[in-house]
Amino acid sequence: MFLGFFYELRRRKVPVGTGEAIALARALESGLHESALDGFYHVARSLLVHSEAHLDAFDQAFLAHFKGIEEQGQALADELLAWLKEAKEHPGNLTPEELAMLEQFDAARLLEMFEERQREQKARHDGGNTWIGTAGTSPFGNQGRAAREGVRVGGAGGQKSALQIADARRYETYRDDVVLDTRQLGVALRKLRAFTREGAFEELDLEGTIEQTARNGGELEVVVRPPRRSNTRVLLLMDVGGSMTPYASLVSRLFSAASKSTHFKELRTHYFHNCVYGKLFETHRMDDGIPVHQLLSECNRGYKLILVGDALMAPYELVSSWGYSLGGGDNPPGIAWLMQLKEHFEKSVWLNPEPRQTWRGNTIQTISQIFDMFPLTLDGLGEAVQHLTRGTARRGPVRSR
Amino acid sequence: MVELKVPGSYVPTGLPGSSRERSSLRNVTLPPMSSSPEFRRFQGTDRYLINEALQAAVNCALALERPLLVKGEPGTGKTLLAEAIAEALGMKLLTWHVKSTTRAQDGLYVYDTVQRLYDSRFNDGDVRDIKRYIKLGPLGEAFAADQRVVLLIDEVDKADLEFPNDLLHELDRMRFRITETNEDISARERPVVLITSNNEKELPDAFLRRCVFHFIDFPEQELMRRIVAVHHPKLEQSLVDQALKIFYELRNLTRLRKRPSTSELVDWLAVLTSSGVSHLTLDETLPFVGALLKREQDIQAFSEQFAKGRRSRA
Repeated sequence: MFLGFFYELRRRKVPVGTGEAIALARALESGLHESALDGFYHVARSLLVHSEAHLDAFDQAFLAHFKGIEEQGQALADELLAWLKEAKEHPGNLTPEELAMLEQFDAARLLEMFEERQREQKARHDGGNTWIGTAGTSPFGNQGRAAREGVRVGGAGGQKSALQIADARRYETYRDDVVLDTRQLGVALRKLRAFTREGAFEELDLEGTIEQTARNGGELEVVVRPPRRSNTRVLLLMDVGGSMTPYASLVSRLFSAASKSTHFKELRTHYFHNCVYGKLFETHRMDDGIPVHQLLSECNRGYKLILVGDALMAPYELVSSWGYSLGGGDNPPGIAWLMQLKEHFEKSVWLNPEPRQTWRGNTIQTISQIFDMFPLTLDGLGEAVQHLTRGTARRGPVRSR
Repeated sequence: MVELKVPGSYVPTGLPGSSRERSSLRNVTLPPMSSSPEFRRFQGTDRYLINEALQAAVNCALALERPLLVKGEPGTGKTLLAEAIAEALGMKLLTWHVKSTTRAQDGLYVYDTVQRLYDSRFNDGDVRDIKRYIKLGPLGEAFAADQRVVLLIDEVDKADLEFPNDLLHELDRMRFRITETNEDISARERPVVLITSNNEKELPDAFLRRCVFHFIDFPEQELMRRIVAVHHPKLEQSLVDQALKIFYELRNLTRLRKRPSTSELVDWLAVLTSSGVSHLTLDETLPFVGALLKREQDIQAFSEQFAKGRRSRA
């Protein structure tokens, strides 16, 4: 019965598989869902969703799949429509303005009314409606409802049905394909750290102690070693100004996440405009330039290079030697600078705030042939970090999904 | 199945007249399940109120004998849930507080080599008996227990990224081997495992697949009112109304970096009652703002919002 729902979930990129299906089947067999759609919603959600990032997709899949079942209560829906019409036909002391407001009720409000009506119905007819009788699969199984009625204090809290909860889309903010706040970016960046033993000898090395003590003929000899610390150094280069202006707040959030992160041994940030030409800058107002070759001599190849930019420019700005009038005449083209950066560092990524769909047939495509490019979303950042920590240095074509 | 009158929601407590209904609901005997063994359902306790979703998640974890992973804003009672489950099901609670230095091995057992070395050096005790130097960790204790216990693995995200992966096998099979003594520790009764995470690190997929997942929503006003009633049963209704209104207004203040949570509200109300405050208004004179807002910037944001730049006195 729920297999279709599974494929609906997979279509919405909720990773469910055989294991989840079997777990859900076992739960339903034990009657955990209490033969009601509301119960099924909660049981399914706790077994099929493994991260709050997927809760929204789950809600949507649930809505899409079970909306039809709800409509089996057509009789009641008709009644509801009739009720709404009635309210319009007998306005009582309704002013024309109020009438207009009545017609403006959106779908959510209608659903709410529907739910209210449904509850009322149950109280009056005591489950006598034929469609409530088909309790096995009907969304309107009345377990618990009756027990709740008497002690309800009022208000709608805790009384929402599964479809209503699903419809409220309360988990939209937890989706991982939308750009999220600094902290979540920080969490993503945190994965960049890598531990090595360096610095002061202040941790007891048990294995070493045992070995030395044994060698010493049982005379206790304590061996210490430096503690594990993160050894990641990050070089963050950000495009500012021009076509990047709409993404300014996004980039600054990434910047603050990166600079607040305590998991890097070192974080260097520099700015550029459009493309890298000879110099990088300390501030976004393009002050205090540092020549690229000097930067490269200061940063060894172990630094993780993260470039942030839309990679969108006129083609000549990328490939022509006079692309950007800086230092005049004999400058190598922007693309040469980018390739120099790419070749210097073992691991590098380009984060692009432009949506993936726009990455073809322009300078983005050219640049993505140099750098592995990921979208500047939480998802993309996660992929990028994964690429930086274990990825092979590969020059891939534009990845498009 | 239709006669099964298990309440589909939390049973409200702390409200007049509800205790009788609760006990009658508790005493319901469940019809035997078709194939799975019978298990006791969790419905919250007097002190810990839950909603339908959390209840379903806990009962899934109990029925399927899988670990329950609980996430949610700080202060929404993730850790307290373990205590509530232990209390409601009459089981012993074992807690494993995970720290940044915790290794998976620590949870199973620790072989105290240094002690053994010392003992051998000074001829204290029987050093040939390795068992004397094997100390079971919380996970090991939970497996070795005679009865089913509740094991709380608190803040699993604090540990190293690989930590959850190292526990996969042990949590799956509920058994492990002490290599020093060649002894197998396997759970006679699979413990109820509750894992909490504050989302500081993402957990590996393989780990997530083995868990029942629940994300604790922030309680809506109605549930919050009940929670407050549980903690402060004698509080005046008007004060609760005002406090809740202000609390939710503060939470909606988008400029806050750390929004106040349930535990902060409960603390705040405790301070308010003990100092005899009976009337609240949302302005710069709001008493004890410090109990709700913990960050310097937040207090500043608050005073700018509600006092037009004047600093609040809290």
